[in-house]
Amino acid sequence: MANAPAHAGGPGLVKLLAQRQSVVIGLAILFVLGAAAILAPVVAPADPNKLAIASRLTPPGWAHLFGTDEYGRDIFSRVIFAGRVSLTVGLCVAAFSTVAGVFFGLMGGFFRRLDAPVSRVVDAMMAFPDILLAIALVAALGGSVLNVIIALSVVYTPRVARVARASTLVIRELTYVEAARALGVSTWRILANHVLRNIVSPLIVQATFTFAYAMLAEAGLSFLGVGVDPSTPTWGTMINEGRKYVSSAGWMILFPGIAITLCVLALQIVGDGLRDALDPNLSKEL
Amino acid sequence: MSRSDEATTDRISANGQGLAPDEVLAVERLSTHFVYKNRTAKVIRDVSFRLKKGRTLAIVGESGSGKSVTSLSIMGLLSEPGRVVDGRILYRLSSGEAVDLTGASKRTMRRIRGREISMIFQEPMSSLNPLQTVGDQIAEMIWLHMATNRANARKRAVDLLRLVEIPGAERRIDDYPHHMSGGMRQRVMIAMALACDPSLLIADEPTTALDVTIQAQILDLMRRLQGELDMSILFITHDMGVVAEIADDVAVMYAGVAVEQAPVRRLFDAPNHPYTRGLLASIPEANRERDDKGQRVRLTAIPGTVPSLYDLPPGCPFETRCAWREEACLEPVSLEPCGPDHLSRCWKMRQA
Repeated sequence: MANAPAHAGGPGLVKLLAQRQSVVIGLAILFVLGAAAILAPVVAPADPNKLAIASRLTPPGWAHLFGTDEYGRDIFSRVIFAGRVSLTVGLCVAAFSTVAGVFFGLMGGFFRRLDAPVSRVVDAMMAFPDILLAIALVAALGGSVLNVIIALSVVYTPRVARVARASTLVIRELTYVEAARALGVSTWRILANHVLRNIVSPLIVQATFTFAYAMLAEAGLSFLGVGVDPSTPTWGTMINEGRKYVSSAGWMILFPGIAITLCVLALQIVGDGLRDALDPNLSKEL
Repeated sequence: MSRSDEATTDRISANGQGLAPDEVLAVERLSTHFVYKNRTAKVIRDVSFRLKKGRTLAIVGESGSGKSVTSLSIMGLLSEPGRVVDGRILYRLSSGEAVDLTGASKRTMRRIRGREISMIFQEPMSSLNPLQTVGDQIAEMIWLHMATNRANARKRAVDLLRLVEIPGAERRIDDYPHHMSGGMRQRVMIAMALACDPSLLIADEPTTALDVTIQAQILDLMRRLQGELDMSILFITHDMGVVAEIADDVAVMYAGVAVEQAPVRRLFDAPNHPYTRGLLASIPEANRERDDKGQRVRLTAIPGTVPSLYDLPPGCPFETRCAWREEACLEPVSLEPCGPDHLSRCWKMRQA
C-alpha cells in the first residue's frame, strides 16, 4: 500500500478524484446535463418550439413535467435544448479565455520587458464592468451564439491573464527555473515544462469559474436582450421570458434557474477537486 | 540571426588564446557592473583566476562580496541590468578548443551550459521542479544534450542516481522531490549536473542549506566524483571549514575584488591580507573554549560592514574596517605576489 505510486500519472488522478464523494456527485451532475444537451432531440419529450396556446401556463404535472410557458411550450424540453447553447457558451468561453489569458499572462510574467504593456492593457480592460463591455461588443458584432462567445472570451481573458501572470512571477524566481537555465534548458522549454506545469492548478480553478461566469453572463445578456437570438432557447432567455409571470407562473423561471445553479455548483466542486488532485504535494501517500 | 551566431563563434575561437593546455578556465580581469539609470554598482572589479583540469578552486567571501555574480558571469546568466563590462572568461571546450565566454552567442552558451559547464545551487529544496519525478528531470538533461532515446536516458538516470549513492535507485527514480530529504535532493541535483559529463562544475554554496553530517557526505561525494570523472570544480562558499575540506586553491573575495589568492595550505598557514586573517580568526575552535588563564574565549568578529558597491572607498576596499590601516591605504592597491603562488592585495602585509 505504501509503495503504490498512486501519485503517478493518469490512473492516479482518476483514483484521487474518485476518493472525494462531492467530486463524484459534481461529475455526475455535469455528465447528466451534458448528455441531456447532446442527446436533446432524443431525450426531450416534446418539440421545444411547438406552440399550444390551449395549454398555456400549465403548472408542472404529469403531462408537462416542468409545466408550460406563455405559448404552451413544454418547459422541460426547452430546458434540455437550452442547455446546448448555455453549455457551449460556457465551455468555449472557458477554453478560449484560458488559452489567450495563459499566453498573455506567461509573456507578461516571464519576460520583464513585456510585463508593463501586457499589465496596462489587462488593467484597462478590467476597469470596464464585465457586462457593459460584453454588451458593447455584442452590440457591435451582432447577436449570435458565436458573437456572444467572442465577446465573453474577450471579457474574461484579462482575468485569466492576471492569474497566470501573478503565478508566473512567483515561479520565475524559484531556483528550479534558474537551475534549468544553468543546465542549458531553452527558454521555451522552461516556459512549457517548468513554469506552465506549475501554474496549472490556479488556472484550472479559474477556468471552472470562467465557465460558470460565462453561463451567467450569457443568461444576463439574453435577459437584457442583447444576447443570443430570442428564438433559440437558452437558460438566460427562458428566465427573461418568465419574469413577466414570476407571481402567476413561477415555474417558468424556477427550472432554468435550477439548471444554471446546479451546473455552476457542479463545476466549482469539480474544479476544487481537480486542483487538489493535481498537486503532488497534497497526496500524502508516502 | 544564424549568420550573426556563426560570426560570433568565429570571433570567439580567435579570441580564445591564452589558456594553458592543462587549464580548463581562466578568468582574466573580469569586471561586472549592474548599471541602473542614475547609478552603477561595480559588483565585480578586476577579478582574475585560473583553474586547472581536475582541481578545485574555492571562492570565499561574505554575502555581497560578488562570488555568486562571478559564477553567473561565467555561465552567462546575469539578469538585467548586470553586464560584464571588461575582461575575458576563457574556457576550454571538451573538443580542446578554447573560447572566450564573454563574447559567446546565446546559442553557444546554451550548448555549453549543462553539457560543458554545470551548476548546482544552494537550495536543494527548491531547485527541483515539484511536479516532475526526479527521474524525468535527470532524463530531460540527458536527451536535451545527447542524442539518445527515452529508454536509454532513463537507464542512464538510474546509473547517475547510483553514482551519487542514492540507495534503491531503480525505485527512487519515480519519486517526486517532496518524497526526498534535502541531502537526497542535493544528490539528485548533482546527478542532474553530472548527466552530460561536464568538465567544469560550478557549485554555488551547495552545502550551506544542509546540516553538518549531510554536508560532510556531500563533500565526500563531490570529491570522489571529481576524481572519477576528472572534473574541475569552482566551489563558492562562505564557510572556511568547507574550504579546508575540498579546495586545492582559494580566492578570497571582498566587496567585488579578490583580496588574496593562494593554495589552500598556504592560505591557512600564512594568511596575508587582514581580511583573510579576520575570517580565519572568526572560526570557532572546539579545543580552545578557554584560554591559558581559564577565561572563556570570545569569538573574534570583524568590526563594521561591507562598503556600499555604489560608493566604494578610493583605496583599499577593506580600509574602513582594517585594524592595520594607514594614510597610504587610501591609495589604490593591486594584487601582488607575496610568496609562491600567493597573491595579496595589501601593500603593508606584503612588506611585513
